[in-house]
Amino acid sequence: MMRWSPALLLALLAAAPWLGFSGSYEFTLMARAMVLALAALSLGFLVGGAGLVSLGHAAMLGVGGYAVAILDAHGVTEALLVLPAAVAAAALFALLTGAIAIRTSGVHFIMITLAFGQMAFFTASSLAAYGGDDGYTLYARTEIAGHRLLENRLAFHYLCLALLAGAWLLLRAILASRFGRVLRATRENAQRAEAMGFAPYAYRLAAYAIAGAVAGLAGFLMANATEFVAPSAIAWQRSGELLFMVILGGVGSLPGAILGAAAFVVAEEQLATLTEHWRLIFGPLLILAVIFLPHGLAGRHRG
Amino acid sequence: MAWRGAIVAEPLLILDGLRKHYGGLAVTDGVSLDLRMGEIHAIIGPNGAGKTTLIHQVSGTVAPDAGRVIFGGRDITRLSFPARVRAGLARSFQITSILSGFSALENAALAAQRRHGSSFRFFRAAARDATLNTAGMAALEAVGLAERATMQAGALSHGEKRQLELALALATEPRALLLDEPLAGAGQEETARLIAILRALRDRYAILLVEHDMDAVFALADRVTVLEQGRVLATGTPAAIRADAAVRAAYLGEEEIPC
Amino acid sequence: MSGTLLLVQALNGLQLGVLLFLVAAGLTLVFGVMDFINLAHGVQYMLGAYLGAHFAAIMGSFWLALPLALLGSLAIGLLLEVLVFRHLYARDHLAQVLATFGVILVLNQGVKAVWGTAPRELPVPALLDGGITIMPGLQYPVFRIAIIAAGLATAGLLWLVVERTKVGMLIRAGATNPRMVAALGVDVRRLFTLVFATGAMLAGFAGVMAAPIFSVEPGMGDTVLILAFVVIVIGGIGSIRGAFIAALLVGLIDTLGRSLMPDLMRLILDASSARQAGAAIASMLVYVAMAAVLAFRPAGLFPVRGG
Ligand SMILES: Nc1ncnc2c1ncn2[C@@H]1O[C@H](COP(=O)(O)OP(=O)(O)OP(=O)(O)O)[C@@H](O)[C@H]1O
Ligand SMILES: [Mg+2]
Repeated sequence: MMRWSPALLLALLAAAPWLGFSGSYEFTLMARAMVLALAALSLGFLVGGAGLVSLGHAAMLGVGGYAVAILDAHGVTEALLVLPAAVAAAALFALLTGAIAIRTSGVHFIMITLAFGQMAFFTASSLAAYGGDDGYTLYARTEIAGHRLLENRLAFHYLCLALLAGAWLLLRAILASRFGRVLRATRENAQRAEAMGFAPYAYRLAAYAIAGAVAGLAGFLMANATEFVAPSAIAWQRSGELLFMVILGGVGSLPGAILGAAAFVVAEEQLATLTEHWRLIFGPLLILAVIFLPHGLAGRHRG
Repeated sequence: MAWRGAIVAEPLLILDGLRKHYGGLAVTDGVSLDLRMGEIHAIIGPNGAGKTTLIHQVSGTVAPDAGRVIFGGRDITRLSFPARVRAGLARSFQITSILSGFSALENAALAAQRRHGSSFRFFRAAARDATLNTAGMAALEAVGLAERATMQAGALSHGEKRQLELALALATEPRALLLDEPLAGAGQEETARLIAILRALRDRYAILLVEHDMDAVFALADRVTVLEQGRVLATGTPAAIRADAAVRAAYLGEEEIPC
Repeated sequence: MSGTLLLVQALNGLQLGVLLFLVAAGLTLVFGVMDFINLAHGVQYMLGAYLGAHFAAIMGSFWLALPLALLGSLAIGLLLEVLVFRHLYARDHLAQVLATFGVILVLNQGVKAVWGTAPRELPVPALLDGGITIMPGLQYPVFRIAIIAAGLATAGLLWLVVERTKVGMLIRAGATNPRMVAALGVDVRRLFTLVFATGAMLAGFAGVMAAPIFSVEPGMGDTVLILAFVVIVIGGIGSIRGAFIAALLVGLIDTLGRSLMPDLMRLILDASSARQAGAAIASMLVYVAMAAVLAFRPAGLFPVRGG
């Protein structure tokens, strides 16, 4: 079931606009789910593929989003420039912070990624020229080769979907490649990987940058989906939520991350209709899920 | 058994005055020895003598406090563990260390990967890489594990895991092998098979063999070094070691084989 | 910037430093002894502040509110230990992070549900109100001096306990080699409960002390938590001495950076860009300092665990 459900989910998302889910509310919700799924996917690659539990992944999303905002403020809205810039900026940020964070492991790594995430958050808050604490509203969505294609909700929906599916296939291919095999080995047994002649650092750092790039892509979509970028969207709580999505779907499974994100968005949406204090319900659910579902909703453990 | 190492002039691996302290405890206390191509040099000694710690220092998993490791004429004391593996110094572990989630072939193919092209290739599936699979298969065949190729490594029997451990070392195409108790925990039949495999490997490699199984040691070794409390008690041919009074007193005792 | 202003900022930095130390001390010991990563430690600080403000409002006295808030912090901490944390010691760090993250969500929302979203206040007690002249022409609030003094005193006490008592010896041994302590027949669980309770109370204490200065609001613990993480990463996990030095360092860097950076930027930029760039750089300084320490010493300034 697990094997096909993400494909099914993507197919459903593809069909949704033709099944009556074509109001502004539905499109917004689906875009949110897809953006978070893309971010969770990249974090799932990191946690499941490389064994790197980052608690600062929202910062990558933020760097991508702020790249869009900053370019927008300077009148650059062409996707052919903005998209690569957002992805490259996030990858670069990942490379720089990862170069230090990956020298450590375990609890140190968690705390350091959290700290770097917080650094990005405070830096964004202090960027007065780009809205500071209040955030920055884009003048317009990014254009593609001069056409304002993304203004079209349907086109934007399918762009998100295509990028999500593409990223999934890409990350899956990477995990199966020579590089990915080394990466998985360093995760499962770093001592053995070293005994095979591989120094884990370079592989982990490359994986960290790849995950950063994909999260930067998610940030690009996030900025365009809401036409707004704010520090609150990249606060450390978002990093915690992304981790939750990853383990909800079962660590080590890329499709699980997609399902986890979808489940998270739906749960959040449902609970929020019940009460303003929905986190009082959500928090205990999270705790119970961690304690009683150690292998995620799918209920199985990989590798 | 003849001392075959004597034929070859230059030792491949030289340990020169290695020292390692943990707190007040001298675990390696000025150990010097050498290893030649085509030779099996066994290291024996009671539990806690410092054999594993010595292997750690040679392989680069533990940094010595003093002393040098020379490999192929080059001082590798400062080289990292993986860098030493790439230089041709492979090791196995006393406690089995394999990738349990990978198949036996994937294990071996990955071990061969460092010798066959770049590992920074991101798109083609490694499982369909014929070069890697051929090399991995050759290593499995060398230890008689070919028919287990597709089995998940974690599901192999204990003896087979020891064989796989050996195959992983071979697949890195080393010149020297550091083997830390390759027979540990193997049954009688498995032990016999592993001894035959090691004997077949001798001519092509230099092997430093830590082993508690005295029958195996005296059947395989060209030279034996006895370690006690981090010091070299004696080095010599198996016959000489057997005859050495100090060794008998300190270690072999009443012909009892410690384990 | 004048010398007197610099002195004031240095004192403010010291005061932030001791508050951070009070939070970080519990965190670093809990890590050290149980290898348990507790994100919810920051909410202990927030609860201390809220309980302080609440009891002060009811009783009308800071001095009655203080012990009550400490007891409340202790009770909530122990309750959390029994309900949640106890089930996580044997689990991996990922599970610990997520479950304690859940606790944060609940408690941050909980204080909103109980006390509303508007910031609350805890007035400075009359005894410690006003300022004292620390230099001719320079007044400094007595309460802030009191925070520094109380923080230093607590640090000294903690140091005595950890370095000079039998319990302290077990704690240090536990941080160096937890399995060995268990093997010695020490009831590690009780030792941990003790460490944990102390940590919860120290964080609560920091919260009460901070309440009259900072605003008491939901989420106030999160920022402190992350700074406390930076502190123990710089100091070396499990090291009280490291936490103390790193806390003062972080407090000073952060406070001085915020006041000095815009002025420094003035040397190379015009006024408005300098203000912006200065603020941006100042908010990064602590993390840059952490990165710099880690680049040279991945295990922090005073690494505890061998190997
Ligand atoms: N990291 C360490 N810290 C402290 N002491 C250590 C450490 N590693 C090894 N030792 C000690 O060094 C001594 C030698 O250990 P080592 O594992 O090298 O012995 P060995 O000869 O391989 O024993 P065995 O035959 O049981 O495998 C032992 O007393 C051990 O307790
Ligand atoms: Mg050993």
